[in-house]
Amino acid sequence: MWRVGTVIALHDETTTARTITFEVPDWPGHVAGQHVDVRLTASDGYSTVRSYSIASAPNSDGRVELTVERLPNGEVSPYLTQELAVGDRLELRGPIGGWFVWHTEQTEPIQLIAGGSGIVPLMAMIRSRASAASTAPFRLLYSVREPGAIFYRDELLALSDRNHSVSIAYAYTRATPKDWPRPPSRIDATLIANTTWPSNLVPTCYVCGPTSFVESATDLLIAFDNGRDKIRAERFGPTGERK
Amino acid sequence: MSSHTYEYLDGNAAAGELSKIFTMDVTAAEGQCANCGAKRRFAEAHLYMQAPGVVARCAVCEHVLLRLVSARQRMFLDARGMTYLRLDM
Amino acid sequence: MGTISRGFTGRRSSADAKLPPGQYLTTDFPVLSAGPTPHIPLDRWEFVIDDGTNVLRKWDWKSFRELPTETITVDIHCVTRWSKLGTSWEGVSIDTMLADVKTDASHAMARSYGDYTTNLPLKDLRNKQAWIAFRFDGKDLAPEHGGPARLLVPHLYFWKSAKWVRGITLMHQDKPGFWESLGYHIYGDPWREQRYSGDE
Repeated sequence: MWRVGTVIALHDETTTARTITFEVPDWPGHVAGQHVDVRLTASDGYSTVRSYSIASAPNSDGRVELTVERLPNGEVSPYLTQELAVGDRLELRGPIGGWFVWHTEQTEPIQLIAGGSGIVPLMAMIRSRASAASTAPFRLLYSVREPGAIFYRDELLALSDRNHSVSIAYAYTRATPKDWPRPPSRIDATLIANTTWPSNLVPTCYVCGPTSFVESATDLLIAFDNGRDKIRAERFGPTGERK
Repeated sequence: MSSHTYEYLDGNAAAGELSKIFTMDVTAAEGQCANCGAKRRFAEAHLYMQAPGVVARCAVCEHVLLRLVSARQRMFLDARGMTYLRLDM
Repeated sequence: MGTISRGFTGRRSSADAKLPPGQYLTTDFPVLSAGPTPHIPLDRWEFVIDDGTNVLRKWDWKSFRELPTETITVDIHCVTRWSKLGTSWEGVSIDTMLADVKTDASHAMARSYGDYTTNLPLKDLRNKQAWIAFRFDGKDLAPEHGGPARLLVPHLYFWKSAKWVRGITLMHQDKPGFWESLGYHIYGDPWREQRYSGDE
């Protein structure tokens, strides 16, 4: 069933990505990792649906935040990141998904691996952990093209400065910050060995990003003896869009 | 037999459409491929969403697990490709 | 109709052109697939016309490419509502491929690499209505659009233009293919908007 959400805030995460905050009356609440379907309808009745992960932690305010990346040839993302204004209304269906979720009751070590816009549902998990004051050990490996592509930059920076917080490692695939020790490259076995939870701690792993990234990261986690049943994944399209 | 290219999404992408039929979450459901016997969560199925309908294929052998068509006021479901789908209450 | 999204138009052009009912004009070429793109090496490609029991004609890539070809410009209409006008293709007419085939079959099932099938009346494959196309827009047909060769039957919805076609099975009665067996119309004339079974 479709509910109407009203845009109450917009915030640019990068030059191409924007966080949209919706207020949704009768929102039933959500769990970190879930997504919504967004339906857009043109005035002549043409409509199309896209899926977006919820970026916000579970809350009781009926607020749903989505972070949308503008794709160069996208049909919907240019509209959502450039045209959509505060006060506009869109239809949302959800929350959707019961597998790729993190519940605040979980206490085991959590390994998060994000490729590009795959950070969005993992950020919801990080935020959920914070708002529940959970001390579950979290590690995040966040792969991006270049430093300007990082979503939630300040928030992630603040987290890595605190005790009992999330331990974050970044991988840059096209351009690195100045004096970065690792040349631009995709995630590989060395990075997994150096930055992720050892598999003997039996972490639950959440991997999200474009399909090719997810398959590659999953293969690496398995090669490091993480069980397949301990790895949960959510795949975006080859360009990062889920349609 | 695995795909050489990564043109598929996964079971999570079909969950919204499937919520029109299933009242319980399908992504966490375990299914068995009727072709090769592999048991996987539906979230791990290879989803082809860009067709005239939704096609879910086995991640191991690419056999069709499930097809779904929305035809105006009707939906057509073919789930013959799964020996079972186990939904947890 | 759902809540209108202010200012949203989608990827469509203004339709001055005459389109079949319910269609929108698009300028790009969406890729729709029911499965992974097969990658067939040309030295293993073949096209077979059979009657379900016997092979009637068979071509490998070399002999197929020795057949006379045509360049055609046609409009294509997808059941998912996008239409693309003036698309140019090069291919071998099915009339050429059926030239030496004696049959009293009434229908045909087009079969593809992968597991896709689609059925048509045999008369819709004859009389300059259908081709095995291997070039699009002046270039070799890309794998994601059905290359090395696809069926092209522009007068029907584009799901009938089977990508990665590998042959045709001649039949004496109609049988539904991949989508026809799951709610899509057995024939699929876009001008009568025959999208789903039960549509007249």
